[in-house]
Amino acid sequence: MRPLTAAILIALLYVLHQDVWFWRAARPLVFGFLPVGLFYHAAFTSACAVLMWVLVKRSWPSHLEADAPVIPVRRRSLDEMSEGGKVGPTSRER
Amino acid sequence: MIQAAVVFAYLGVALYIGIFAFRKSRGAPDAEDYFLAGRSLGPAVFLLSLFGANMTAFSILGASGHAFANGIVTFGLMASSSALIIPVSLFVIGTRLWALGRRNGFITPVQMFRDRWECGHIGTAIFAVQAVLLVPYIIIAVMGGGTTLAAVSGGRIPYWLGGAIVSLVVMGYVFFGGMRGTAWVNAFQTTLFLMFGAIAVAVIGSGMGGFRGAMESLLASPSTAPLLTRERISPLYFFSYTFIPLSSIAFPHIGIFCLTAKRLGHFRKTVVLYPICMLLIWLPSVFLGVAANAAKDVPAIAAKLEARSTLATAGPAMAADQRDRLRAQASGDDVILRLVDGYAPLWLASLLGACVMAAVMASDSQILALSTMFTEDVFAFYGGKSRFGEAVQVFTGRVFIVLITLVAYLIALEMPQSIFDIATQYAFAGYSALSPLLVAALFWRRSTKWGALAATLWTALAVMAVAWIQQTIPSPPPGVVVPVWSAFGSVVISRAAQGAMVLGFLPVVPMTIISAFLMVIVSRLTPSAIPANTTLARYFYQA
Repeated sequence: MRPLTAAILIALLYVLHQDVWFWRAARPLVFGFLPVGLFYHAAFTSACAVLMWVLVKRSWPSHLEADAPVIPVRRRSLDEMSEGGKVGPTSRER
Repeated sequence: MIQAAVVFAYLGVALYIGIFAFRKSRGAPDAEDYFLAGRSLGPAVFLLSLFGANMTAFSILGASGHAFANGIVTFGLMASSSALIIPVSLFVIGTRLWALGRRNGFITPVQMFRDRWECGHIGTAIFAVQAVLLVPYIIIAVMGGGTTLAAVSGGRIPYWLGGAIVSLVVMGYVFFGGMRGTAWVNAFQTTLFLMFGAIAVAVIGSGMGGFRGAMESLLASPSTAPLLTRERISPLYFFSYTFIPLSSIAFPHIGIFCLTAKRLGHFRKTVVLYPICMLLIWLPSVFLGVAANAAKDVPAIAAKLEARSTLATAGPAMAADQRDRLRAQASGDDVILRLVDGYAPLWLASLLGACVMAAVMASDSQILALSTMFTEDVFAFYGGKSRFGEAVQVFTGRVFIVLITLVAYLIALEMPQSIFDIATQYAFAGYSALSPLLVAALFWRRSTKWGALAATLWTALAVMAVAWIQQTIPSPPPGVVVPVWSAFGSVVISRAAQGAMVLGFLPVVPMTIISAFLMVIVSRLTPSAIPANTTLARYFYQA
């Protein structure tokens, strides 16, 4: 899935969160006891899980794992930054 | 007394899990092992512990209390917006943090900022703002522990002793277990939360004679029918709340948790199941909070409803302190406890006590994050690690855990909780306003350290200004808006019952937008500070 498509799907769900259409409605009581506004947001929350499943299936950034070797590297201290100048790659131990 | 015994048993189990269970080795851990569990958490523990780290005492007690007073809107304000924003931010930002952490050995977000923008002391400024915003949570947790143990023991354990016991337990497993211990305790706590919701709904529903009658009785009364709609709040207010979950990924303890996963693939289950976990915990909490309005046969709840009714009819004519007293009386923070007392058997009340304790102990990951940040971003960065070695660094982290817990405990004994309630309320806004730093660092090549500094300073100033307004202007009665600053004939900043407002929005909206704006403008004005290509190549590359 292209990043733009993913962004549109996320934006669509974001807009659907603002459900002004159920703003003043309590009925129908879904299952006899759940106000429709609360049911809508419970369904919305489930839709979020579905969207995330679609993104995981179609847009997973697997290149991040492929490019991430398990190599212990050293984090720079202020002294190292001063010695090596402020610009430069993190020094690797191996 | 049985309830207190179950809570103590829970504390014992948490201590055992944190200190002894799942220990990898008996030797001294290195910094990555202690602070990040050796970047080795499996998918289930990663999901449950990350979710648990995001859940505070508010998710069970506060959510029900808010729903008791405000109705079903609580779920839309806090749960469903988080169910979208938090998994998306984990998917987009968390996965990249994980990869950069793996590749460059970062343990804290500030280390990444320092490397990304080639800065030293600006990173320290970001650390300082993050740390100050995190401390109130730890103090609130100590207070919650003291209050809960005092409540479940029927007052036999005083507040000071309850706070001390909870502080010692949390400090114990964070001190000895580090991230591995904290993650496993969080996973255990989340499992408890997940179990509690469905059981509580079933048992309380049966005790109330079914929820259908309760909802119909609420709809029949003009004073309670609006609780089943959102007509009492404005769409702008509702919209504002969608900015709050942006804070999640900017919280240092969540950023640090993202680095603990063994594989990137562990994020898959986490982002898909996160909304389901939200649903399982928040829907019962909110629904029971609303349904409590119909539980007039429970004396404690009837007293709350009476106080609320008095507040609604005579509130505007009352003195501010009298109004505040009635507000405290009408507060629903303990409404779930009261429902359980009224309708549930002792075993459920005991389980609830353990759940409440789990919720108030959610400060463990924040204590560990502060310790990690201090040892990595200050101690190691300013030469402590190279001078004294890694073993001393871990020892320093442990000493810091003891000190921060002790300081939080002493403050909790002396200061009123209301101050820290406000502080945590605005800490969320503060962390949301810091989220543009992460986005700019990971996705915008031209961002600079000066843009980051501008956004950070703005966040600090804005949080202080909002807290000042909140503290100096007394809360007006519901529905009344006190103008604070007007321009061109319109009220720009105001004070309402729910807090400070800016053009009808919560402060988090302008704070986050202006923070992003400052990041862009100041970075554009300082192109000479764009990092070298060798640095940028580590962050922006084609697979």
